Amino acid sequence: MDLLLTLNLSISELVSPLTAAYILCAIGLSVHFGYTGLLNFGQAAFAAVGAYGMAIGVLTLKLPLLAAMGFALLCVVVFALILGIPTLRLRADYLAIVTIASAEVFRYLMSTSGFSEVTGGSNGLSQFGYEFYTWNPVPKGQYNLGLFTWTEEEVWLRLVAFSLVALSAVLVWLMMRSPWGRVMKGIREDEDAVRSLGKNVFWYKLQSLIIGGLFAGLGGIIFVIAMSNVQPSTWVTTFTFMIWTVLLLGGAATILGPIAGGMLFFVLLTLTNELLDGLRAIGWLPFLDQPQVAQIRFILIGLALMLLVVFRPQGIFGNKKELRFNA
Amino acid sequence: MPNDIVVGKAAPGCKKIDPIVVASNVTRQFGGNLAVNVEHLEIPRGKITALIGPNGAGKTTLFNLLTGFDKPNTGEWTFEGKNIAGVSSYKVARRGMIRTFQLTKSLNAMTVIENMRLGAQKQRGEGFFSSLFSFLWKGEEARITETADDLLKRFKLDAKREDYAGSLSGGQRKLLEMARALMSKPSLIMLDEPMAGVNPALTQSLLEHIKGLKAGGTTVLFVEHDMHMVRHISDWVIVMAEGKVVAEGEPNVVMKDQAVIDAYLGAHHDTDLGTMKKGK
Ligand SMILES: Nc1ncnc2c1ncn2[C@@H]1O[C@H](COP(=O)(O)OP(=O)(O)OP(=O)(O)O)[C@@H](O)[C@H]1O
Ligand SMILES: [Mg+2]
Repeated sequence: MDLLLTLNLSISELVSPLTAAYILCAIGLSVHFGYTGLLNFGQAAFAAVGAYGMAIGVLTLKLPLLAAMGFALLCVVVFALILGIPTLRLRADYLAIVTIASAEVFRYLMSTSGFSEVTGGSNGLSQFGYEFYTWNPVPKGQYNLGLFTWTEEEVWLRLVAFSLVALSAVLVWLMMRSPWGRVMKGIREDEDAVRSLGKNVFWYKLQSLIIGGLFAGLGGIIFVIAMSNVQPSTWVTTFTFMIWTVLLLGGAATILGPIAGGMLFFVLLTLTNELLDGLRAIGWLPFLDQPQVAQIRFILIGLALMLLVVFRPQGIFGNKKELRFNA
Repeated sequence: MPNDIVVGKAAPGCKKIDPIVVASNVTRQFGGNLAVNVEHLEIPRGKITALIGPNGAGKTTLFNLLTGFDKPNTGEWTFEGKNIAGVSSYKVARRGMIRTFQLTKSLNAMTVIENMRLGAQKQRGEGFFSSLFSFLWKGEEARITETADDLLKRFKLDAKREDYAGSLSGGQRKLLEMARALMSKPSLIMLDEPMAGVNPALTQSLLEHIKGLKAGGTTVLFVEHDMHMVRHISDWVIVMAEGKVVAEGEPNVVMKDQAVIDAYLGAHHDTDLGTMKKGK
C-alpha cells in the first residue's frame, strides 16, 4: 500500500471540481433547509435540471455555452415553481415527499428512450462543454503545485468551480444577514408567527426554493463540465443524501459549513476507500472483496450521518442553539 | 358613565356606535362540533374589549377565523369597513389587525431583538434584491431597532435583548410576542390570553401598558380568563359559550348577569383567587 499516494489522492479531493459541485448543491440546501426549514430531499433533481438544461441547450437548441448555462438556470427556476406552487402551501412533510418523488420522476424521464433524441436516454449526453476550455485564460502548460501537477485545463476548471463556490458563499452571507434572511429564519422557526406579522410566507418559501435550487443547478453544471458528460444514473437519491451529509457535517445554517463539510467529506471518503482497499490488497481484510470495499464506505457514510445527527446536529460550525431538528 | 359604545341597549350582537370589526353569520364546524356560531358581532373602535367564556367556547377559533388563520363554513366580516373574509392571514396583518397566539409562537432560534425587528412591516430590506445591498436598508434597520428597544424596555425584556427567544420563560415569551405584535403599530391588536403565566407584579404594569395602547388610539380585543384583569381594564365585555355570543355589556353589568354567572363565572366570581386561598 502506497500511503503517500493514498494521502495525495485524498488531499486532491479538497480542490476537486466535483467537490466544488457538491458544495454548491449543499450551499443551495443550506438556503432551503438550514435557513428556511424546507425539507428538500430532491436536491439531485435541481442539479440534474441544471446539468441537462445546459447540455440540451448546447446540443439541441444550438446555444452558445454561456447562453445554455443561462437557459439551464431558467429551467431550474421553472422546476422550482412547478414543485413549489402546489406544495409550499401544505405542511413541511409534503415538500419532502414531493421533492424525493419528483427527483426520481425527472431521472426516469431523462433515461427513457422516448426522449432520447434530446436527452440521450440511458447513455446520457456528451460533447457539450468544449467551449468552456476556449475561455481558458491560463496559458498552456503543466502547473506543479507541490502536491499536484495540473494541466492548464485542470487549473481553469478548478479556478471557475471554486470561484463559484466563493461567490455563492458571499451571496448567501449577504442574503442571510439582511432583513430578508431574518424572514427566512423566522419561517424556519414558525411560519404562522411570521404570517401573523404580515409577511407573505408562501412567496418567501418559493424564493428560497428557487434560490437554493439555482445554487444546485450551478453545482450540476460544474459537475457535468468536469465529467464532460451527463448521465441519468448520476442523479440518484444517493447524490441527494451525500449533499445532506455534506451539509449536516459542516452545519446547516452556516456559511462555511457546506464548504468545510464538502471538503472533509470527500477527503474522508477517498481516504477510507483507499485505506480499506490497501488493507484488502495486503490481505488484512480477507472477508472483503474489491466491490464490497466500495460499498462498505457508503455504509460508513450512513453510519457517520446517523452519529452526526445524534451527537452533533449543529455540524462543525453550527451553533447548537440555532439548529435543532424540529422541522 | 355616559354610554359611548353601544347603539340602544346592550345585548348579544348589539350595534356599536363606531365599530372597527363587524362580523355576521360566522360559523365554523369541526366534524359534528359547531365550534363557532356567531350571528352578529361588532367590536368597538378605540376601546378595550374582553372576550370571555369557558374553555372550548370558541374564542380562539373565532380569533383564527377573523385573522384568516382558519376558514369558516359561513360568514362575512369587515375590518375598518372593508370586507376581509377570505383574505389571507398575512394580508389581514398588513391592514393593521395583528393577533397573538394562545400557545406562544416565539421564534426560538432567533434572538429577542431579531424577533422584535421581524415585527416591523413594509421593510425595504425584506425584498430579495435590496437585501443584498445593506446601504438600502441600514437606516431603516436602525429606526426599527430603536422602536424595538423602546418596546423591550417597556415590557422589561431589555436585559434579554441578545438572548435566544427559546431561552426565555413561558411568561417572558408571552411578553415578547405581545411586544413583537406592537412593532407594526396595529390599529387593532387581538391578544389571546396575554396574561397567562405572567407574574402579578408584571401584570399590573402590562395592564397599564394596554391602557396606554388605547390612549394611543389602538383598539384592543383580548381573550382572558383572569376576571380581575377583565374587570380592571376592559370597557366592554363579550361572553361566548358553546360558540355563541351569549352576553355583552359593560364589565360591571355583564359580570352580574345571571346567564353569565351560570355559564362561566360560578359562585366565586366576586372573590379574587388570592383571597379565596387565604380565607373562605
Ligand atoms: N383544529 C381543531 N380541530 C377540531 N376541533 C377543534 C379545533 N380547534 C378547536 N376545536 C374545537 O372547537 C371548540 C372551540 O375551541 P377554542 O380553542 O376556540 O376554545 P377557546 O374558547 O379558545 O377555549 P380556551 O379558553 O380553553 O382557550 C372546542 O370544542 C375545540 O375542541
Ligand atoms: Mg383559546
